[in-house]
Amino acid sequence: MERLNVNPTRMELTKLKKRLATATRGHKLLKDKRDELMKQFLETVRLNLALREKLEKELQEAYGGFFASSALMSPKMMGQTFLYPKQGVSIGLSYKNIMSVNVPVYSIETKTDNKGDIYPYGFANTPCELDDSVKRLSDVMDDLLRLAELEKTVKLLAQEIEKTRRRVNALEYVMIPRFQITIKYIMMKLDENERGNTTRLMKVKDMVLTDTHKYKE
Amino acid sequence: MYKAAVIGDRETVLGFRALGLTTVAANGAEDASRALHQLAKNDCAIIYITEQLAIKIPAEIAKYDDVASVAVIPIPSKDGSLGMGLADVHRAVEKAVGADILK
Repeated sequence: MERLNVNPTRMELTKLKKRLATATRGHKLLKDKRDELMKQFLETVRLNLALREKLEKELQEAYGGFFASSALMSPKMMGQTFLYPKQGVSIGLSYKNIMSVNVPVYSIETKTDNKGDIYPYGFANTPCELDDSVKRLSDVMDDLLRLAELEKTVKLLAQEIEKTRRRVNALEYVMIPRFQITIKYIMMKLDENERGNTTRLMKVKDMVLTDTHKYKE
Repeated sequence: MYKAAVIGDRETVLGFRALGLTTVAANGAEDASRALHQLAKNDCAIIYITEQLAIKIPAEIAKYDDVASVAVIPIPSKDGSLGMGLADVHRAVEKAVGADILK
């Protein structure tokens, strides 16, 4: 590990010691943050995986009905059937703070609350498979929203964890060792100077004594 | 208030239309990415995109990865699932943990 390029002075030493203390404290805090993020992340991922598997199955089933109806109706008729939807959906978006990561929380507002009022067509000219599929889709709407929420949360948390992990590693393996080495270097240098000074003083004292008193120890 | 949208082939998208979601029928990668950016600009908080299309424009979708207000979520289309949604989650785990520990 390379030491920092600083002058070996007492002032630098105090400065570095302060920086080392800050870095150590920051390292501990970031490590705690990383651990907590990881905990939240794994919880969310488990929910996400389970929900996705369930939803993919349900969507598949709903599509089946559409497929069957499109066999019974001409594409033009199909298009016409859904030309003007009765139901309207708007999404409310708020944020939740998980360890300083803002993750979205969605809420849904529909135009009609009546579950029977979602079919935008008359029942006379459409096969019953279509009704079934529309109902299924409308049933999974809440889950779809929840899936979006979870999946976005997972992505955002993953990014934050990666960032935090990098910071922790940089502090642990680069910054802190570098400070320690530099501090050691300055202390050795200062000690060396001190020793040099002592011997010089002894020498000078000797010389002065011999000069003035013709005195020898 | 925000909207939710679905991008996909014509047949898949039809059903979501009945639910009142904004739907865009797209055929190729170009159509899809244009629709994606358009929707993201027009207050769509959630954009569901069929895996068949999503797999063609991963770079465009990745642009919204760190935008908290737009979620692009792959869903299976009428032709079935490609397992892309699950793979996405596994990739996120790998990114965060360093290894895919949920396999």
